Amino acid sequence: MSRLPSGGLIDRTQSLAFSFDGRSYAGHSGDTLASALLANGVRLVGRSFKYHRPRGIVTAGAHEPNALVEMRTGARREPNTRATTQELYASLEAASQNRWPSPAFDLMSANRGAGRFLGAGFYYKPSMGPAGGWERLYEPLIRHAAGLGRASALHDPDAYETAFAHCDVLVIGAGPAGLMAARAAGRAGARVILADGDLRLGGSLLSRRAVIGDAPAGAFAAGILAELAAMPDVRLMPRTTIFGAYDGGTYGALERVADHLPAPLPFTPRQRAWTINARRTVLATGALDRPIVFPGNDRPGVMSAVALTAYAVRYGVAAGATAAVFSAHDDAVAAALEAAEAGVRIAAIVDVRAAVHPVLAGRAKAAGIRLIQGEVIGTRGKTLSAITVRTPSGIETLAVDTLGVSGGLTPDLGLACHLGGRPVYDAARATFLPGPLPPGMNAAGAVVGRFGLAESLADGQAAGLAAAADAGFSAPPPALPRIDEAGFAAPSRSAPHSAESATAFWHVAAKGTAFVDQQNDVTAKDIAIAHAEGFRAVELMKRYTTLGMATDQGKTSSLAGLAMMAELTGLSLPETGTTTFRPPAVPVAIGALAGHHRGADFRPVRPTPTHGWAKAQGAVFVETGLWLRAQYFPRPGESGWRQSVDREVNATRAGVGLVDASTFGKIDLQGPDVGTLLDRVYINTFSTLPVGKARYGVMLREDGFVLDDGTTGRLADARYIMTTTTANAAKVYQHLAFCLDVLWPELDVTLASVTEQWAQISISGPHARAVLAQVVDGQDVSDAALPFMGAIEATVLGGIGARIFRLSFAGELGYEIAVPADAGTVLVEALMAAGRDFGITPYGTEALGVMRIEKGHVSGNELNGQTTAADLGLGRMASKRKDHIGRVMSERPALADPDRPMLVGVKPVDPAAVLRAGAHFLKIGAPAATAHDEGYLTSACHSPTLGHAIGLGFLKHGAKRHGERVRAFDPVRGADIEVEVCAPAFIDPQGERQRG
Amino acid sequence: MLIPCPYCGVRDAREFTYLGDATVRRPDPAAPDAAEAFHAYVNLRDNPAGPHSEHWYHGAGCRRWLVVTRDTRTHAVLGAAFAGEAGA
Repeated sequence: MSRLPSGGLIDRTQSLAFSFDGRSYAGHSGDTLASALLANGVRLVGRSFKYHRPRGIVTAGAHEPNALVEMRTGARREPNTRATTQELYASLEAASQNRWPSPAFDLMSANRGAGRFLGAGFYYKPSMGPAGGWERLYEPLIRHAAGLGRASALHDPDAYETAFAHCDVLVIGAGPAGLMAARAAGRAGARVILADGDLRLGGSLLSRRAVIGDAPAGAFAAGILAELAAMPDVRLMPRTTIFGAYDGGTYGALERVADHLPAPLPFTPRQRAWTINARRTVLATGALDRPIVFPGNDRPGVMSAVALTAYAVRYGVAAGATAAVFSAHDDAVAAALEAAEAGVRIAAIVDVRAAVHPVLAGRAKAAGIRLIQGEVIGTRGKTLSAITVRTPSGIETLAVDTLGVSGGLTPDLGLACHLGGRPVYDAARATFLPGPLPPGMNAAGAVVGRFGLAESLADGQAAGLAAAADAGFSAPPPALPRIDEAGFAAPSRSAPHSAESATAFWHVAAKGTAFVDQQNDVTAKDIAIAHAEGFRAVELMKRYTTLGMATDQGKTSSLAGLAMMAELTGLSLPETGTTTFRPPAVPVAIGALAGHHRGADFRPVRPTPTHGWAKAQGAVFVETGLWLRAQYFPRPGESGWRQSVDREVNATRAGVGLVDASTFGKIDLQGPDVGTLLDRVYINTFSTLPVGKARYGVMLREDGFVLDDGTTGRLADARYIMTTTTANAAKVYQHLAFCLDVLWPELDVTLASVTEQWAQISISGPHARAVLAQVVDGQDVSDAALPFMGAIEATVLGGIGARIFRLSFAGELGYEIAVPADAGTVLVEALMAAGRDFGITPYGTEALGVMRIEKGHVSGNELNGQTTAADLGLGRMASKRKDHIGRVMSERPALADPDRPMLVGVKPVDPAAVLRAGAHFLKIGAPAATAHDEGYLTSACHSPTLGHAIGLGFLKHGAKRHGERVRAFDPVRGADIEVEVCAPAFIDPQGERQRG
Repeated sequence: MLIPCPYCGVRDAREFTYLGDATVRRPDPAAPDAAEAFHAYVNLRDNPAGPHSEHWYHGAGCRRWLVVTRDTRTHAVLGAAFAGEAGA
C-alpha cells in the first residue's frame, strides 16, 4: 500500500500530480493509473456492474476486469478505461464508475434485493412474466442498478487516423519470445514490425526478477530493443495493440498515440487504427494469470499473484502492507518470492498442492515466508483485512490486506482463433493451447505453453528465424543467452515448468458468493443455475449467464466458468470446449476505425468546376451523389426556394438559362471498334451515327432491366464521347470495361473516363443560339450548320478547345458546351456576359428537375433498377437487327408483360393539390390494399409553366389510360389525391422548341 | 486481404469490387436455347469449396477486370491475371 524505497521502472525524480474522484494524489513518470493509485493506498476503485459490490485492482494489464474508470472530463470524458493500462500524466483526472455517491459508500449496494432479478438468465426471465412487466418494472430496475461508466455525450474534440503498414514478419507481443523473434528476423534482414500494447516493450521481462546472462531481465530487454531500434527495417510499435487477425495476413491494430498525454499534440491524432499486412506473423502474446474462484474473491485487495509481483518489480509499489499468495502452480510461488525480494511483506503462501518445488520451498523458508498447504475459503473486510484458510489440520485465519491469487497460466491465444481455429486442451499444462494457426502465423513462448523463461527465449528465436526464412530471409541461429537454472542461485522465474508443477485447480468448494466473471458479476451459483436450467453448452451458458461478455471478453474468467460447467456436466474440458474468439480482442473506439471520415470530412467534397462562381452568385448547394451542386440561386426579396425555382424555369423557357452540367459522366471511347461496342451496349444503334451527330441511348443490364441512359456523340470515325447520368458514371465505365476485358477482348477500343477533365455548361431557351454565337471562335452555329443533336468540336473565347452538343434536358433550344475543367469559370462568366441582354439566368438542380419533368424526361427516379425500356416508353428504340446486352433476358415473359406499369404523366384534378413522389396509384373506388396497387408516382413537382402540380409515374396499361382519373394514395404522409393520367411530356410533346 | 494486380502490384482488397464466378461464359444470343442459357448465365452459380476463379474490378487502381483465384474456404488469394488474358 505504498511506494517501495527503491526499484521499478519509474522516474522517481518526476512527481506527477493527479486526481481520482476529486482527491489529489501524486505518482511518477512510468506509473500507470493503477500503480499510482496502489502507491497512494487507494484500493477501492469502483463498484461492480450489477450488484454494486466494492471492487479493486486485479491485474497489471489489458485483461483487467475490475479497475475501469472514467478518464478525463467534459467532451474528452471516456468511460471504462482500464486503470491498469492508462499511463499516468501530470494533472490526470479520473473518476470511479457505477457508484453513488462514492465508491466507499454506495446506496445501490444496500439494494442487494435486486440481485434476485439479476442472476443467470436475467435478460430473458422477466420477459416471460406478466405483460408489461418488462417495460414498467424490470427494465427500469435493471437499468438503474446495472451499468458502467458514462459517455460524455458531447462531440469528441480529438482526431483519429487510419493507416496501413506492410512487413515481412509481424511480431505480436514484445515479451521474451517476441523480442527474440523480432531480433532473429531483423538480423536475417526481414522487414519486421514489433507491436505491443504496452508503452515499454519487454513484457514479463520488466515485471519479473530473472537474470539472463549476467544482466537482469530488464537490462537484457533494453539491449535487444537498442539493437532493434538501430535496424533500419525494423519498426517498433509500442502502445499498439493487435486486436484482430483477418484474411490473408491482415491484422488490425490500435495505436494509442496520445492517451498518455493531457490532450493530443497539435496536428496529431489521439489514436490510430492500423491495417498491417504481414507475410508472416509470430504470435508471442504470452499468458495471463488465471484466477481461482473462491468465496469473497472479489474483495478489494484480492488480486492476481503475477500482478502483485509486477507492481513490486516494475512500479516499485507494494500493493499492500502484508500479503499472502494463494497458488496452484510453481510460477506463482516463484512470483511471490520475487515480490518478497522486491520488498513486499509476504506473510504466507497458501498452495493447494501437497508439495511445491523443493528449491522454492527452501527459498520461502529462508525468506521467513510460511508455506501452507490449503485453500482460501473466505475473505473479510471492506477492503481485505483477513483471509480464512482451510488446511488439512483445520481452519486458520490470516490477517493480510492483500492476497495474490494464481490458479495457473492461461495462454492469451485469442488472435490464434480469429480465423476459426479452435484451442486444444493440454492436460499436462492444465490449459488450452492454440489449435491450428491462421495461414502464415506461428506462435512462440508462453502462448503455446512454453512458460519457462529459457524455453520461451529459445522458442521465440526459433519462431523468428522460421518466419524470416518463410519470407525469404535466412540466417544462422545466434547463440542463446545463458540462463542459470541450476539451484535457483539467482532469483529467477526459471523454475522448470514441468507437467507436475501445475495442477488443474479452478475453484474452491466452500460456502459463500464466489465470482467467476467480476466485470459482469457472474457467480459460481450462476453457473450452477445455468446447468440446472439446461443451458449447459458453453455458447448457451455464456449468453445465459453473460459470462465473458463484458469489455474484457472473459480473458481471465471464461476458462474457470467452462471448467466449472465441465465438472457439473461430468464432461471433460476438451469435450466442453471453449466459446468462440472474435475480434476485437480489446475494446476499440469506433472513432479510431472511422479515422478522419466523420462530420464534414465523412467523405470528400466534390465541387463542380464552376463552384466558386456559383457561390459568388449566392447559390444554395445540395449534395447529389458524390457531388456538391448549385440547387438554386435565390435573389433578394424571394420568399423561399419555390419562388427562386419558378423564376429560373420561367426565365429559361422565355429567354435563356444556364446550368453547370459537368457532373454527367463522360467517357471518351476511341478505336476502330467503338461503334460495334456501342451497338452491343445500347439497345439502339450507334455504329451508323454520322460523325458530328449525337444520339440518345439506353443501355440494359444483362438481366434485361435498364442500367443507364444518356447521349453519345461521334466526334470522328473512331471516336465517340459517351454521356452517362451523374449517379452511374463509375458504374457505366465499369460495365464498359467488363465488356472489353471479359466479354469481347477482341474489340479494339480504348476507354478513358474524362468526367472530371471537362466542365460542361448547358444553355437552354429561345435565345441560347444568340448567346452561343458570341462565345465561339467564328464557328457557324446556325440551325443548318449545327442542327438538333449536332455534336462538334470547336474553340471558344479565343482558342479554348471545346465540344458543343446541341441538345437540351429542359426541352428548349439548347447547347451543352464542354471546355477543359479549369476553363469552366471563364466560360460561365463569358456566357453570363453574352446573355446579359437576354436576361440570362443561372439555374440549379431544382429547376433542372422541374424542366425535365415538364418535358417528360426520365431520370434517376425512373431508372431505378426495376424498370425496363418498355416501362419507360422507350421500348421502340430497341433495334431488332442486332443483339445487345440484356436483349435475351428483356424478352422474359414477366418483363415483356403488357400488364407491367408503364410511364405516364399525372396532374391533379384539383389544381391546388400538391403531389409527392412515392404515392401509389389506385383505381377510383378500389380499396386501398396492395392487391389493388396499379403503380406508383416517381417524380413530382410544381410546374411554373403550367401553374399546377405535375408528376411522372408508372401505371398499369398507362399508355391506354390517358384521360382517366386515378387516386394517388400516400398513406405514409396522409395524402389521397385524385389525378388525371396524361402523356409524360407536359410541354412541347412534338419537340419543336429544341429543333427551333 | 491483398490482391496481386498484374498492372498495379499487390493492393488492398478494398480497392477492388467483387463480381463473382469468372468461369461462366456469355451464351450465344442467337442460339435456339438462348433464353435458358441466359437464365443460367445470369442467375445460376456454383458455390465451390476451394480454389475458385472470380472476377474482380480494380476500380481504385488501373480499372481493369481481373480473374482472381481465391480459395473460398480460407480466402487465400492464389493469383490474379487480367481478364481476357487469364487463359480462361
